[in-house]
Amino acid sequence: MRIHCPHCGPRGHDEFVHHGDAVPQRPQTDATDAAFHDYVYLRDNPAGLYRELWFHAAGCHSWLIVERDTRTHEIRSVTFARGDA
Amino acid sequence: MSARLPSGGLIDRTRRLRFSFDGRRHEGFAGDTLAAALLADGVRLVGRSFKYHRPRGVLTAGPEEPNALVELRSGARREPNTRATVVELYDGLEAQSQNRWPSLRFDLLALNGLFSPLLGAGFYYKTFMWPAAFWEKVYEPLIRRAAGLGSLSTAPDPDHYEKATAFCDLLVVGSGPAGLMAALVAARSGARVILAEQDCLFGGRCLSERIVLGDGSAHRWVQSVVAELAATPGVRLLPRTTVVGTYDHGAYTAVERVNDHVAAPPPFEPRQRLWRIVAKRAVLAAGALERPLVFGDNDLPGVMLASAVSTYINRYAVRPGERAVLYADNDHAWATVADLRAAGAEIVAIVDPRPDARARAAVVARDAPLLTGVVRRALGGRTLQGVEVVGADGHVHRLDCDLLAMSGGWAPTLHLTSHLGAKPRWDAERSMFLPEQLPPGLLVAGAAGGELTTAAALSTGIRIAEGSLQSLGIAPRGVTPPVAGEEADAWTPLWRAPSSRGKRFIDFQNDVTTDDLELAHREGFGASEHAKRYTTLGMATDQGKTSALNGLATLAALTGKSIGEVGTTTYRPPYTPVAIGALAGHHRGPDFRPTRLTPSHEWAREQGAVFIESGAWLRAQYFPRAGETDWLPPVIREVQAVRSAVGLCDVSTLGKIELKGPDALRFIERLYANGWQTLAVGRARYGVMLREDGRVMDDGTVARLGEQHWFMTTTTANAVAVYQHMQHCHQVLWPELDVQFTSVTEQWAQFAVAGPRSRELLRRILASGEDISNDAFPYMAARAVTLADGLRGRLFRLSFSGELAYEIAVPARHGDAIIRRLAAAGEDLGVVPYGLEALGVMRIEKGHVAGNELTGRTSAQQLGLGRMLSTQKDYIGARLARLPALDDPADTQLVGVRPVDGKTRLVSGAHFLPLAAPTTFEHEQGYMTSVAYSPSLGHWIALGLLKNGRQRHGERLRAVDLLRSQETEVEICDPVFIDPQGARLRG
Ligand SMILES: [Zn+2]
Repeated sequence: MRIHCPHCGPRGHDEFVHHGDAVPQRPQTDATDAAFHDYVYLRDNPAGLYRELWFHAAGCHSWLIVERDTRTHEIRSVTFARGDA
Repeated sequence: MSARLPSGGLIDRTRRLRFSFDGRRHEGFAGDTLAAALLADGVRLVGRSFKYHRPRGVLTAGPEEPNALVELRSGARREPNTRATVVELYDGLEAQSQNRWPSLRFDLLALNGLFSPLLGAGFYYKTFMWPAAFWEKVYEPLIRRAAGLGSLSTAPDPDHYEKATAFCDLLVVGSGPAGLMAALVAARSGARVILAEQDCLFGGRCLSERIVLGDGSAHRWVQSVVAELAATPGVRLLPRTTVVGTYDHGAYTAVERVNDHVAAPPPFEPRQRLWRIVAKRAVLAAGALERPLVFGDNDLPGVMLASAVSTYINRYAVRPGERAVLYADNDHAWATVADLRAAGAEIVAIVDPRPDARARAAVVARDAPLLTGVVRRALGGRTLQGVEVVGADGHVHRLDCDLLAMSGGWAPTLHLTSHLGAKPRWDAERSMFLPEQLPPGLLVAGAAGGELTTAAALSTGIRIAEGSLQSLGIAPRGVTPPVAGEEADAWTPLWRAPSSRGKRFIDFQNDVTTDDLELAHREGFGASEHAKRYTTLGMATDQGKTSALNGLATLAALTGKSIGEVGTTTYRPPYTPVAIGALAGHHRGPDFRPTRLTPSHEWAREQGAVFIESGAWLRAQYFPRAGETDWLPPVIREVQAVRSAVGLCDVSTLGKIELKGPDALRFIERLYANGWQTLAVGRARYGVMLREDGRVMDDGTVARLGEQHWFMTTTTANAVAVYQHMQHCHQVLWPELDVQFTSVTEQWAQFAVAGPRSRELLRRILASGEDISNDAFPYMAARAVTLADGLRGRLFRLSFSGELAYEIAVPARHGDAIIRRLAAAGEDLGVVPYGLEALGVMRIEKGHVAGNELTGRTSAQQLGLGRMLSTQKDYIGARLARLPALDDPADTQLVGVRPVDGKTRLVSGAHFLPLAAPTTFEHEQGYMTSVAYSPSLGHWIALGLLKNGRQRHGERLRAVDLLRSQETEVEICDPVFIDPQGARLRG
């Protein structure tokens, strides 16, 4: 698999560390225990488009959000998790 | 008797090569394969089969060979299961046949054939089921002896393997007419091209068949195209390279056999090279494999694929037989008749099941009789002596022959199209599996796509390459294909095997017959994936290259389905077997990963250190002196020196991270469970980091070197994980925080200077103005310092040992000089180096948790660190750490442990059980995590995790280790064994 890091360009997936679902957002401090439980433990496992986190460990150390189709491994987009370009 | 033709072939008759097979000496020519040279020398029996030990000969002329498997080379380079049909001959080659005992010609285990009813489908499951203990002791050794492939060398592989990565616009797999055309189009268009060919020569079928292209031989045309490709910039030609796997996003894996064709690789060259090829587009032009026909005893040496017969004649100038019968269900195989005639062989007959072939076949038949019918059985003992033919009229003919050239048509080599999971589609009209859904970027040309004629291969090669280039925005430059002659290609597949008294083999390598498939079907294993497992059809090194289609056709007939409905089994990488050595490359033994050495490594080696792997690092374990033969005496001595004088230990392996920025404090607050607001500049503090699930992730110290400048350490083992976690926190969770940080683990050499005389020692190497008195530089102080020679470093008053202690950090390149200076300056103070063992003993004496307690499953509360958890702030893990389950007394808590008798050695991993309760899992109450012999106390001590442990100090328990059959009565105590008030470290 090849991932186009917006900083480094296309690289083999073995340069990256996979971190799973990028969708859950860390709850605010005043959120319920249940919200925190869901954030820590509950992950979707869709057959289809998936937003997931990858860390470019053997590259620029950017955390990336990769939109990947889990059925075909087609990658739709790769963006910096921190937001800016 | 030599079967070598007086002229012709692509061999170099000026280079004679000597080789041996089963100890007998033979000779061949450069350009031969082992199979060709053996056939040229009249050797037809080359192996014994897997289960029944039947005599086997060469079936094919390529990598699909199921029979002619030999052990190649000897000693450490012995390699089993090499296919003689692709082993290039070299001078001095040694090969041994397999599966025979005591000899190939006289194989006692051929008796297996008499017991073949026992060895039928599912025999592993049925015959050897019971009792279980018999499997290991009786059945497995028996089967391995009787039914097995070659034997491995048990010596380490002396050769090197390497890995390489290449990028291209167009990868072309295969160099027959289609592949060469595709590569030429791309080369002329200025694209970056890789042409991978599994053979040592480019050309594919042009090497094997007598094809006329344009106004010359196909072989001459190949040479001109290859010459042009070789001269074109941006083209990489990879002969002897098999593309074995297709992966996502245009990645392919290929194995280049750089030096398999010589006895041993030249110095500094690898035997094989594993390529990762990243291709924007790829053309699969891997050709097709000829299908054997099924009839009784179709495995006799002398029965060959028609294409192989042609290859041995045309490429190797070897006549595989004197009196030949052609048995084919297609017109294409008739070319073999012409090849045989040209080689001087007699055509005994042409047997063709197709009634409509008679009129067309007259052209090739000439003086040979053409029999419309089927071969029922091959006749002969060790080699073929004749065939039994059943004519369309029911008459049985016996034909004397020593060669049967058979052809059941062609199956496209489309394995690479299926590696991403797509199954091929059965095209009933063309009687082929063809790719349905192609991996993105990969297209198929020539016979691999079902285009069996040379003319079609040439034109599809051009067309597919042009389309691929256009999709990349590269304008294709025109290539005109040479004119190819007419080829007969009519084909009516013969699927059914006539009933016969002989065994009708479908899978030669696994000895699977039509009877086995019938049995599998009867017993309910008729689905293709079931039948494969039940009968082993299509398994082992050839992965069913010659057997898959016949197997499916047989299952289709048995189940009354079409071949398409039966479906193929899944193709997975690799296409051909790959040596583990090639996959490992240089990553083996100590080179599996880089070894990290500490800055004081060389000095420690000079001190006689015994080293131990600690994560990726090599660290000094202890420093034995003359006469200290065991590990314990030096460890005791080192601990005593630290507790009474001063010791030096390299702690550079701790992860070190430097943080700066206006929000650094805020970031650290969110990272660690304890608070940092009150930490003054010039001070350090112990910190505990949780995961978001509330369990402890890591611990370490954080020093505040400036208002916005922080320096933290992690454990050695978690250095990478913590840094990655911090990046996650900053980039994903809180990108708004204005903080920068970087790992400086390798930038700083850091040494612990520990013991009552450490201050005295440090004074001797620091600049005279540095005041490190207890008032000026108290416990947990941290600041930059100047050394006596002006070198700038950092000094931390941290103690892992519980003694007055410091850690001094200098730029890594000065580490060696500073450790030597410390050792020299402390000689009269009794300074000793101490290693990881002594470090461990002292931390256990002090009750500090480390890796054995920070398992990732323990909470701060369990470890006695509960009071550190801040309630004033949000931090990673804050919420779930408060869940009652993480502070449940029913769960384990950190305790100290000592043997009641004050003598017995404790063992880590031993489980705690009440004195009276039986030794069963229900009574298990925890276990010992870390043990040490405490020189300070004079007996063994341990840390452990015990249910409700903090309330049980003074209680006696049994520590039971069933693995080492040891049981010790222990007393639970406070985990801090030495100086619980911490007077020493503050002194
Ligand atoms: Zn990157």
